[in-house]
This record gives sequence, structure tokens and C-alpha cells, in this order.
Amino acid sequence: MSILPEELRYLESHEWVSVSNETPGIATVGISAFAVAELTDLVFMALPKVGQSVSAGHEFGEVESVKAVSPMYSPVSGTVVEIHSELVNNLESLSVDPYDGGWIMKVQMSDPSELARLLDWTSYKHQCDNA
Amino acid sequence: MSSQLATTPLHAWHQEHGARLVEFAGYDMPVQYASIVAEHQATRTAAGVFDISHMGRLRFDGPRADQLLDHLLTRRVVDMQTGQVRYSLVCDEEGGILDDVLVSCLESPSGKNYFLLVVNASNRSKIVRWLQPHLADFPDVEFHDVTDATAMIAVQGPRAIELCKPLLPASVLSLGYYRAKVTEQMGKPCIVSRTGYTGEDGLELIVKSEDAPRVWENILMAGRSFGAQAVGLGARDTLRLEAGMPLYGHELEETIDPYQAGLGFACNLKDRRFIGSDALEKKSKDATLPKRVGLILEGRRAARQGADVLDTNGGMVGQVTSGSFSPTLDKPIAMAYIDPSVAVIGTSFDVDIRGTKVAASIVSLPFYKKS
Repeated sequence: MSILPEELRYLESHEWVSVSNETPGIATVGISAFAVAELTDLVFMALPKVGQSVSAGHEFGEVESVKAVSPMYSPVSGTVVEIHSELVNNLESLSVDPYDGGWIMKVQMSDPSELARLLDWTSYKHQCDNA
Repeated sequence: MSSQLATTPLHAWHQEHGARLVEFAGYDMPVQYASIVAEHQATRTAAGVFDISHMGRLRFDGPRADQLLDHLLTRRVVDMQTGQVRYSLVCDEEGGILDDVLVSCLESPSGKNYFLLVVNASNRSKIVRWLQPHLADFPDVEFHDVTDATAMIAVQGPRAIELCKPLLPASVLSLGYYRAKVTEQMGKPCIVSRTGYTGEDGLELIVKSEDAPRVWENILMAGRSFGAQAVGLGARDTLRLEAGMPLYGHELEETIDPYQAGLGFACNLKDRRFIGSDALEKKSKDATLPKRVGLILEGRRAARQGADVLDTNGGMVGQVTSGSFSPTLDKPIAMAYIDPSVAVIGTSFDVDIRGTKVAASIVSLPFYKKS
């Protein structure tokens, strides 16, 4: 499976979410290439725990650059079923591949209708271009 | 960007070269061009070129300028030789720190001595106000705030002097550390001083505003083959933090005295009186106040200003004033003020980083010393 940024949904705060046809109840979450470029010099990422519940629009972790700390917000509500723990030791990889290899967590969604409220690529790109 | 922000004469260059601009002390300043870590490492291994035109530059002329400054500064000024630079503090009557400054004794092209005070951008208007009643007591001293008429560029790093060779007279490049000279750069006036805020060797140049873009371009062009880069305020902060240098608004405040800050060397109390000297005399013997220390933290998370420092029983013993991930040490570092009874090198603490306790221990400052 390959994740294309054009096919994702986004929060204004730069988190992306992807849902594959094979596992329709599971949302894969990450942060966008724009966010990674804005942050630069990443040194740390705090991830949630498997089993933890997350809610749409609420903080689920944080990412820290040399300059500052930024919260990461969950695009969907549900329960964390998997986290990408190796990513924490390999944050540089986010600047190369923030989508496929840069996923952060997988969430068993409690309300998939929340996806409809997120930005599509065109709207998200428009927001970034005007940032 | 807010329209009230001041800009330096190099602002257009920063914009054209993709700098990320942020407000700092009322100026729209570059925080980074591409990467703080890359700019930091360029300064440690080759050279970094910094626009520091936001720093305040105050000029004092007249035969009694040294006496006026001797009254205002914690460091002796009246014995300064032409070409000397000293780090000093400006204190209030209670011995609280109003600013930390560099004072230079310079010789103008006409052969007259004058003094230049470089103050923090964030304190410039406060210091100019602070000066007023004292200027009235020294009517023969001519005071000019030359900040807006000039620009200031720092060239810092192991190859900084070498890269300036084609640009500056040899007599300037052989200046000793903390020495300064009025000279010329391509026929235009230029003050060069062997000072900096990075822990590296280097120079700081003051030129006329209108000459600044050309001097800046010349330095970058000369530095290209050495790996020199333009460096923003982000790396300026990580560089000074590694070098253990205090920053006003973080380690220095009006409520902090020089001895707490470890800056007793900048106070000459013997055989002289100046503003704050009576209070400083007492404070120099007071060992009860929190002391500035360096901390190295475990893990990758940095403690930022305001993070609490706890003893192993969870009791609060101090607070972080600056903290960042150190690109050179590849670890988080911080400066903090700690209860003097436990401010001992090697002592272990916890730092509360947004609710998580992270182990830290006191190390000697600076964190980084050039080889």
C-alpha cells in the first residue's frame, strides 16, 4: 500500500489521516510534509500508548524540534491500536517520507463519520500555500 | 508580520534568501534560513555569519566619557586603553542587573578617543532612559544612539578570521581577543572587534547602514569556499547556550545580581564607587541566593524556560532559565538557577518537563569549549 498526499484528509494543524479499503475501521495518522518542513531539526516525539483513547481535535502526542515543542492533534476519535515506535529513533526519516514510512499511530475509529469533517488535499494545500 | 516591527538594513536579503522571520525585541529578525542544526554546525566547524544589527549601539564622546561610564558600569572603565573591549554589567542601586554590555574604547580617524557601548536590543530603550539623568551630570559628554545609522555583523567560527583575510587590513586580523579597532572595509568606515557570542573565535563588525548589504555579501562570498553560512537567531541561541553564556531575559534579570549569575568577575568593587556598588559589596558576601548552573538532561527532550528543577524527594530547588537540544553534545542542555546548598557539580535532579520528570545533573559551564 502506498499513501499519496493527494488522497489523504487533514487537520488544519497539519496531521494527516488515511483509511485503507482492507481495514476500513482503522485510521493511520501522521504529520504532513509541510509540518515537517516548518518544524525542522526534529529531536523528539512523544507517542501515545496502545490502548489509549484519543479524541478528534485533541492532543495525542508532541513533536519537539531544536527550537520548540508542538502538540500533535488526533484527526479522529477512537482507541490507539498500534504505534510506530521505531520512528522516535529515526525522526530524520520524516523529512524524506512523512507519509508511508512516517506514520505515527493507528486508531480503531469510534466514529468514522468524523472523517467527513476533515480537509481534503485541495483545501489543505490552499491553507499551506497561504500560510 | 506586524507593520510596527523595526527591520535591519539586511532585512531584504533575509527575505530574498528564504529566512524564517520572527519578532525579536521589536525587530523582524531571521530565526533560521534552512536549519538551526546545520547553521549551528557550520559555525562550529567553519564559520557562521550573523546579522546582529538589532543590538543597541551607543556612542559617548568627550574627555569625561570614561568617567560617566565608570559611574554606570560594574567594570572599571577609566583605566581602559585604546582598543580595549570589556564585558560589563549595568546595575541598579540595589545591584540588580539592568543589562549586560560590551564597552569598547576606540580611536576615531581624527585621533580622538571615544567609547562604544553595545547593549541588548531588548534593553536599549531602558538603558537610554537610564542614562538621561547621568548625562545631565556630565554635560560635556556627547551621547549618540547610533543603532539605526549602523549595522552589525558577526563572523564566528574556526575559519572566521581566515575568511576575512581578503576583506580587512592585516592589522585588524591580528587583533587580540577582546580588542577592537576603527578601520575601513573597501574604503568605508568599519569598526572591527574580536568578540562574539558563540564560544568560537571571530569578529564583530559595525558598518554604516547603507554599506551593510555590500559588506554582508562580501563576507558570504569570501566564506563560500570555507563552508560559511548565514546563521539566524535560532542557532545564535543554541551556540551561546553551549558556550554557557547568559542571555538577558533568561539568565539575567533585574531581580538577579551578578554574583548569583556567576558574573562576579565583571564587578570591580575595589577602590571605586559606581551605581549599585554599595549593594554589590553586600551581595558579594551573600551565599544564600540561587546560583546559575548548567544541567545535562537524559533522553532527547529539552527543558525550556520556566521548567521546575526538583530534588530526588520531589521538592522544588530551582528553575530552568534556558534550555535546548545541544547539536554538539547531541543531548538536551539547560541553564538553571538552583538553591546554593545543592548547586554542586555532579548533583542529580529531576526536571519537570510539562508533567514528566526527566533526570538531570549539574555539569560545569561551559558545555562546549573550542579546541
